[in-house]
Amino acid sequence: MTVLLSTILTLSVLGILAAVILYFVAQKFKVEEDPRIDEVEKMLPGANCGGCGFAGCRAMAEALVLRDDISALFCPVGGAECMKSTAAYLGKVAPEKEPTVATVRCGGVCGKRPRTNEYNATKSCVIASSFYVGETACAYGCLGYGDCVDACKFDAIKVNPETGIAEVDPDKCTACGACVKACPKGIIELRKKWPKNRAVYVSCVSKDKGAVTMKACKAGCIGCGKCAKVCAFGAITVENGVAYIDSQKCKLCRKCVNECPTGAIVLKGMDPLPKEPKAPAAKPTAEKPAAEKPVAEPKAENKSVNEQK
Amino acid sequence: MKTFPIGGVHPSDNKKWSCTKAIETLALPDVVNIPLGQHIGAPATAKVAKGDKVLTGQLIAEATGFMSANIHSPISGTVTAVDLQPNGQGLRQMMITIKREGDEWMPEIDRSKELKRECALDSAAIISKIKDAGIVGMGGATFPTHVKLSIPNGCKAEFLIINGVECEPYLTSDHRTMLERGEELLVGVEILKKALNVEKAIIGVENNKPDAIANLNNIITKGKFAVEVEPLKVQYPQGGEKQLIAAITGREVPPPPGLPIHVGAVVCNASTALAVYEAVQKNKPLIERVVTITGKAVKEPRNLLTRMGTPISALIELAGGLPEGDVKVVNGGPMMGRAMVNIDSPVTKGCSGITVFSGGDAHRVPTSECIKCAKCVEACPMGLEPYLLQRLASKQMWAEMEVERIPDCIECGCCQYTCPAGIALLDYVRLGKQTVMGIIRARAAAAAAAKK
Repeated sequence: MTVLLSTILTLSVLGILAAVILYFVAQKFKVEEDPRIDEVEKMLPGANCGGCGFAGCRAMAEALVLRDDISALFCPVGGAECMKSTAAYLGKVAPEKEPTVATVRCGGVCGKRPRTNEYNATKSCVIASSFYVGETACAYGCLGYGDCVDACKFDAIKVNPETGIAEVDPDKCTACGACVKACPKGIIELRKKWPKNRAVYVSCVSKDKGAVTMKACKAGCIGCGKCAKVCAFGAITVENGVAYIDSQKCKLCRKCVNECPTGAIVLKGMDPLPKEPKAPAAKPTAEKPAAEKPVAEPKAENKSVNEQK
Repeated sequence: MKTFPIGGVHPSDNKKWSCTKAIETLALPDVVNIPLGQHIGAPATAKVAKGDKVLTGQLIAEATGFMSANIHSPISGTVTAVDLQPNGQGLRQMMITIKREGDEWMPEIDRSKELKRECALDSAAIISKIKDAGIVGMGGATFPTHVKLSIPNGCKAEFLIINGVECEPYLTSDHRTMLERGEELLVGVEILKKALNVEKAIIGVENNKPDAIANLNNIITKGKFAVEVEPLKVQYPQGGEKQLIAAITGREVPPPPGLPIHVGAVVCNASTALAVYEAVQKNKPLIERVVTITGKAVKEPRNLLTRMGTPISALIELAGGLPEGDVKVVNGGPMMGRAMVNIDSPVTKGCSGITVFSGGDAHRVPTSECIKCAKCVEACPMGLEPYLLQRLASKQMWAEMEVERIPDCIECGCCQYTCPAGIALLDYVRLGKQTVMGIIRARAAAAAAAKK
């Protein structure tokens, strides 16, 4: 009985002693932390994707609370709504940024881009691209081994087994940019997100000359510059043999889509313009002021390719 | 018999297909493509433009800076383009295209077969001649030879080691060169000795080439050359610079940025020694080399003296064409070579052989899980842990890879060769090495910028 009693007593005294010491230690070494950080962290999506540039949502919350000017901070997953609510809570000006969506700029599906060899080594885009050009003759196109799929934390990008090209689900995509970093070919771009997932973009990044591109892929941009000529908003530039549509300037007028001889300009979420006869289509080009006209004179060899076609 | 101390594997050497075939001269190609980047370092700068007439041996691209090499026209004719062209791997590379018209050589090149043994030039003059001739390491690494011969301050060369190992399976170009052009090669070695100001020159030859060893010894005794031949036990990758130094001298080259010269050694390939002879004694730049075209399925394996820029398809055709079915054409040997997708790509300075695999040999073995048997660790000649490096690379843990000494890797492929699970260790290790080296370079550049 005495053994039992003394044990209980000793342990209780030790426990109380430890509690008292811990209480004072906790007082002494207390970490002052803004309680708002916890609150802001709860408001953030909690995806910890790193899309904002911070290590995770907690680090982003800290930055949001501690910095006076939060205009440079943006959570691509939560989007404008999330930023607005956190800014309102913190009494700061909400950063504004248009919603964007990852876009895979390659249209070299199996039928259009013939395979010239079989890749036998590790199925990874970054390893394959360190070895060689890829299974087709195009040195710029999607390899389809899915480095972007591995990088995506939102299950928003998949390699379509039928086309062999990565495809983004715009509803799931949070524009965190992980796939953009993962792609060794630099094919994926964050582009302005229009309502109803509408989009117009050049689905090719090949810097090869027109004739070389044509040989490797029937869906490639040959840099002919026809699209740039019809664009009334100066959104299209042709550089290094490939056209690029600036998604900030583009108004989705769709004129360029009909002009493209190879179908490299992709239209999504909308019906194409009805095909017009050639003569009226050339009209807006003439009306456009010269200063707005982007570069784009078709190169000699590109012309000949078109004529042959 | 000597060999290097750690790691290594012993793959079947498969040299029997081509080692008895005497060197033949390949017919001149009608069109050549000369890549501007055929060496380690900055690509050369083109000195010709479309429409220019060039002679055989004429300088067409000049070294860009110290770590670069000159390039000469291998044929005479007209330049038709200086443009991006796909290389063997299909990647776009700047190349000079020349259409052949006859074969008119530069007048200063001595084309006689006569052996010219005496060399009155001093060290600096020899190195400058080697630099002008655009000579690079012809074993495959394509390190500019003049850079190797320019000894940095505070270092002293004690040995010249000539690499006649040719440890890569299948390839026999160095073997045939040592057999058929031994005399010229040995004069080249003496010139290299003079350039480096060293007393001792050792030619390392693996024991599977007894005829080459006998031939060289014979010429040495007859011609009273001050050169030794060291027969070595067959072991891959003995032809690696560090492995060869360890095998012959027993000295260990310090890890990067340590260089062979830090242990007093300079290593040159046997074919490079021949090129040095031709450049210094005959004024002939590096415009042709011996290329082995071989493989089990190749009808007529050959050793061909080929002008640079010749399409590889011409060599394959002469060897009886590609076999039917699945084919893998490798630029180099099976261990270190690179598979090609464009066989119309040109022969370059570092191309010692073309190996053709067909059927099952053309495919990789199916992979299974790592069972931690540590065979790769045992096989690694640099004492690394390839299984660990593979894991780290697949998880993109670059900092940890640097701690595990990834820059030491010589990419010899012993780990992957020996792996019973068929894991593509080298794929990941190479990716890791590239990335980590990039990080190290960026860090060095940032440090240099901060200093300024």
